[in-house]
Amino acid sequence: MIRADHISKAFEGRTVLDDITVEFDTGKTNLIIGRSGSGKTVLLKSLVGLHDVDSGKIFFDDVCYTDLNFRQRKDIRKDIGMIFQGGALLDSSTVRENVRLPLDLFTTMSEGEKRDRVSFCLERVRLTGADHLYPSELSGGMVKRVAIARAIVLNPRYLFCDEPNSGLDPQTSVIIDNLIHDITKEFNITTIINTHDMNSVMEIGEKIVYIHEGHKWWEGTKDDILHADNPELNDFVFASAMAKRAKSVAK
Amino acid sequence: MIKLLESIGRYVLLLGKVFSRPEKMRIYLRRIAFEIEALGFNSISLTAIISAFIGAVVALQMAITLESPFIPQFMIGYATREVMVLEFSSTVVALILAGKVGSNIASEIGTMRITEQIDALEIMGVNSASYLILPKIVATVVFFPLLTLFSIFVGIVGGYVIAAFTGIMLPGDYIEGLFYCFEPFSITYALVKGAVFAFIITSISAYCGYYAKGNSLEVGRASTRAVVSSSVTIMIFDLILTQIMRV
Repeated sequence: MIRADHISKAFEGRTVLDDITVEFDTGKTNLIIGRSGSGKTVLLKSLVGLHDVDSGKIFFDDVCYTDLNFRQRKDIRKDIGMIFQGGALLDSSTVRENVRLPLDLFTTMSEGEKRDRVSFCLERVRLTGADHLYPSELSGGMVKRVAIARAIVLNPRYLFCDEPNSGLDPQTSVIIDNLIHDITKEFNITTIINTHDMNSVMEIGEKIVYIHEGHKWWEGTKDDILHADNPELNDFVFASAMAKRAKSVAK
Repeated sequence: MIKLLESIGRYVLLLGKVFSRPEKMRIYLRRIAFEIEALGFNSISLTAIISAFIGAVVALQMAITLESPFIPQFMIGYATREVMVLEFSSTVVALILAGKVGSNIASEIGTMRITEQIDALEIMGVNSASYLILPKIVATVVFFPLLTLFSIFVGIVGGYVIAAFTGIMLPGDYIEGLFYCFEPFSITYALVKGAVFAFIITSISAYCGYYAKGNSLEVGRASTRAVVSSSVTIMIFDLILTQIMRV
């Protein structure tokens, strides 16, 4: 479980997150949705510790993350996997080296064990035979898969994904979404996905938090979202004419 | 002025992070070896070309300038050696490398910053400053003094070649000049300068890249800032070291 308790964050006097309290459940794919510039990426980066919040507290299970110093946070960070929007793979390393890096730095595994673990993770994301390639030689979907493999290589308890299917075609997006969802269930991870892709919401969203202008505006499940009467949420979710027609038909 | 002080403060804090205890020494040693190749060995050809030509030009200029029956010919070899050892091979080579290596470091780390690769390392629990910058600093501080020695040697050979093939002086006189009033400490002085300048180039360039923000334009600006700042700092420290270590 990850819990944000009344967190706020401002950049140069501009409030981006305003008194947000939210809880993300273990073993579920939790989605943060919202328009571009609504503050969802800042929320995700604050949860993960890349931004220090101005006020409020963040808890990873029972541990108050915001009260920890750099060294203490390191222990929790080893339990965190993160998939960045652009993949954030190290350009100078091959696929195998990218996935292997956390093992090299934080485990005492033998060479053979590391090799097996990396192979397992690459097979898990259905990416075999690309070990020797560099990120520049991969397609967008492959980059995301390597990023997922790297994120799960240390068996994380928490998985953060920042727009994991941005820039991908609809079919590949579904594959990536399902992969993240399956991994969440398989390893009982607390997964938080930042997205504005409504297909993802309807496919894998078990708990959805809608952020609007830095505030938590709504939360519920994917079934609730179809019947919600929050006007801002409806404007966001049913933005296209086709979606509006679909909703009226559903009603 | 406040901005400058702010930058110096951030630079010192970054160095504090860089020199904190490495996660795993074996990984760092591997990265140091990689950086020695990337930043050191890959600079050899540029250093060789520039040093050889400058050595030849200095010898030629000296031959023209010192053309007098009252000045012995071996002074050309002596002057070439002094120019190469005292200033060219440490300071001028450092300025050239500030352009090549400095911009390379700033753009590499800057790109890693804007593509969130540094964030990815931080999330993993890696001290990104130490992981990325320390191996570069160690590699250049170890390798640049060797590059300085290499530059001195190639420059002196360049002078010899021009002396031998153009007939401006007897090669024997040139060699006699090389050993005239030779002060071994001047080599130590050149090596110390090489190491200090290596630290300046690498740490300042890494600092510029590490705090790059925004897009590819910003990476370009960080790269330019790295070259300008390290060049100016090299000149300031050249003056300081010359004063301190007066040969």
